[in-house]
Formats: sequence, C-alpha cells, structure tokens
Amino acid sequence: MQTIIENLQKHFQVVSYHQQRENLGFLIASKEVAVGLITHLRDYEGFAHLVLLTAVDWIEDEHFQLTYLLHHPEKKVDLGVRVMISRENAEMYSIHHLWEQARTYQRELREMFGINFPGSPDVDKPFILEGWEEIPPYRRDFDTKEYSEKTYFPRPGRETHDPAEYMKKKLYPNE
Amino acid sequence: MGKEYIEKRTVISPEGNPIEVDPLKDYFCDAAPKSCKSASGIIEKFANWARSESLWVLGFGTGCGAIEMRPLMTPRFDAYRFGIQWRPTPRQASVFVISGYLSVKTLKRVVRSYEQMQNPKFVVALGSCTINGGMYWDSYNTINRLDHYMPVDVYIAGCMPRPEALLAGFDKLKHIIREGRGEGANKYAENFDWYKGNQKKIIKDWDMPDYNW
Repeated sequence: MQTIIENLQKHFQVVSYHQQRENLGFLIASKEVAVGLITHLRDYEGFAHLVLLTAVDWIEDEHFQLTYLLHHPEKKVDLGVRVMISRENAEMYSIHHLWEQARTYQRELREMFGINFPGSPDVDKPFILEGWEEIPPYRRDFDTKEYSEKTYFPRPGRETHDPAEYMKKKLYPNE
Repeated sequence: MGKEYIEKRTVISPEGNPIEVDPLKDYFCDAAPKSCKSASGIIEKFANWARSESLWVLGFGTGCGAIEMRPLMTPRFDAYRFGIQWRPTPRQASVFVISGYLSVKTLKRVVRSYEQMQNPKFVVALGSCTINGGMYWDSYNTINRLDHYMPVDVYIAGCMPRPEALLAGFDKLKHIIREGRGEGANKYAENFDWYKGNQKKIIKDWDMPDYNW
C-alpha cells in the first residue's frame, strides 16, 4: 500500500492520505485531478474494480464528499479516493468511460443528492423516485419526517417518547 | 422526460400498413369500475363458500414480507392444504397480499395490478408497514396507510409476521368471505374518486389511464 502511495505522489498532488487498515486507505484529491488519478490507478496500478461511488453531505462545511472506492484484485487492497465538491451547483466529471456501471451510481447521486454528472448516459432519467418535485431527499436540509407527515396521510395515534425520560419515569417513578 | 409510450403515434403493422395507436384509449378500458350486485340467498352463500375455499394469491412481493410467503407455499407450512395457491398473473388471482412496505414507485405497480384483477378481489395487508408505516413511518418514499389507496380486508400485524400468523390471517379472510363481507371490489368502485384522488396525490408521475382494466 505504501509503495502505491509513494508511486502516486510522484505523479499527482495527493492532499492527504489516511491508512484505515492494513488493506484499506483513503486519500483526498481535488476535483480537477480526481478523474486523471482514478484513470492512473486503474490503468497503471491495477485497481481494476470500482466497488462503489457514494456521497456524503457535509452541510456545515458546504460541500459534498464523493468517495470512489477502488479494489485491487491481485494485492487484495482497497483504496478510497475522496473528492470534495461545492454544494452550490454540485457537479463532477463523469467516469462512465472507465467503468460502465458508474453510470448507475451517477444516476442515483443525481437523483438523491442533486449532483450533476454532465455527459453520463441517462443521468437525468428518474431512478427510484418517479416525478420527485422537492429538493433531493438525501440532502440534509430535506426534512423527511415533515415531508412524510404532510404527504402520506399519517395514521393518528402514534406516540413518541424521549427514551431517557421515558425509562426514568418507568424505572424510578418516585424521584 | 418525454412519455412517448403513452402518446398517440403511428406504427407499421407486420403487413406493412400504418396504424394509428392511442395507447391510453386502445389498450385499456376508460370507464370507471361499477359495483356489482350480489346474487340472492343460497346462491350467493354457495358462491362465497366456493370463493373462500379457493384463494388464488397474486405472486407480487412488494417489500421484505415477500420472504414470508416462500415458506408458506413450500412443504413446511404448505398453504396449498387450505386451497391457497399462488398465481403468476393478476388476471388469475383473487387475493392480493401486500407484503410489507410500499414505496411510491411500487404503489403505482400495485394499483395497476389490483385494478387488473377480476372481481371479487380481496386484499390482505401484511406487516405493520401497511397499517401505519411501521419502521418506515417517516420515510420520504414509503406510504403510511394502505387503506387510503385500496380497500383492505385483513391486516396481519407484525414486523414481520411469521407464516403461522399469515395462515391465521387467511383463515380470518375465509370467515369474512363466507359471511359475505368481502366486498372490497365494490367498495373500491363506490369510492372510486376518493381512492383515485389519494393515489394521484402521491403518484406524481401518473402515466397510466384512470382505470387499468
């Protein structure tokens, strides 16, 4: 793993590298470098398999974190490439030319997070939500409970308790 | 998104003649369903007995509860003993088991399948998700109450109910049918506008006729 990273640093500017386990590491790359870096990892280092492509919404820092998890089938190591992109007009370069299946991930991210991948096939087609009109539901400023209550005819009678308060009352009623 | 598949278009037949096709009008009946009067006295009682003893279930697994129907139809619980069997198409089925949570996308397919079933038809709602949303009650994509979209005859509570509970539920359904209370299809026809209104409120991407018969 270390040799791979050292090799990589000769070619690219790797911002930070974090070794999670012996066979799993994460590095952060900038948006412009990322696709070149992933291409290099696939074609020269042998990370032939795209395990997943997912996103995290860091709403406080006002960016999305994309994670490309790559797997090396011979050395049995995983490498995650993290890319931070802005939350405003979220857009990333598509990697469907590297792995055909990336188009499905990108379609899902487009729908669930509203991250656009220009040029990716079918990226604008609805994936799971058909006819969604609100802001994308995986964004953290989307209130799923409020949406559910106003849309799906909630059945009255459901009570919720704060677990700590409830157990205190139940176990120590005299205090 | 364009919806070419429901728009009027000209297709070329195998003989080479152009044909005008309007999918919503040509492929479906556009009339609303009508409620049927039941036969009188002993004939209806006999019919109800016959219906209750041969429940044909539509093999449509909507959620995680579908996994409970597999042990039910295989030798361990063997629902075929009770005249319950699974059918591959809505045209041959009389019972619709909604097995678990329903997302909006699935609800659309469920509505289509339900409307294609022949009368009389019964709905068994399985799991707490169909009652009040269950553990997905605050999800952005799963419905909370099934009875707002189609009439439900029997609820089986649990998350998930075991196959024994399902058998008890089917037994209950048989009682309901024999007593002549299995009037779901008529209820649907009588309150058609209300059910349609609720369905259309949820399903934003409505690309089918109002009644998929």
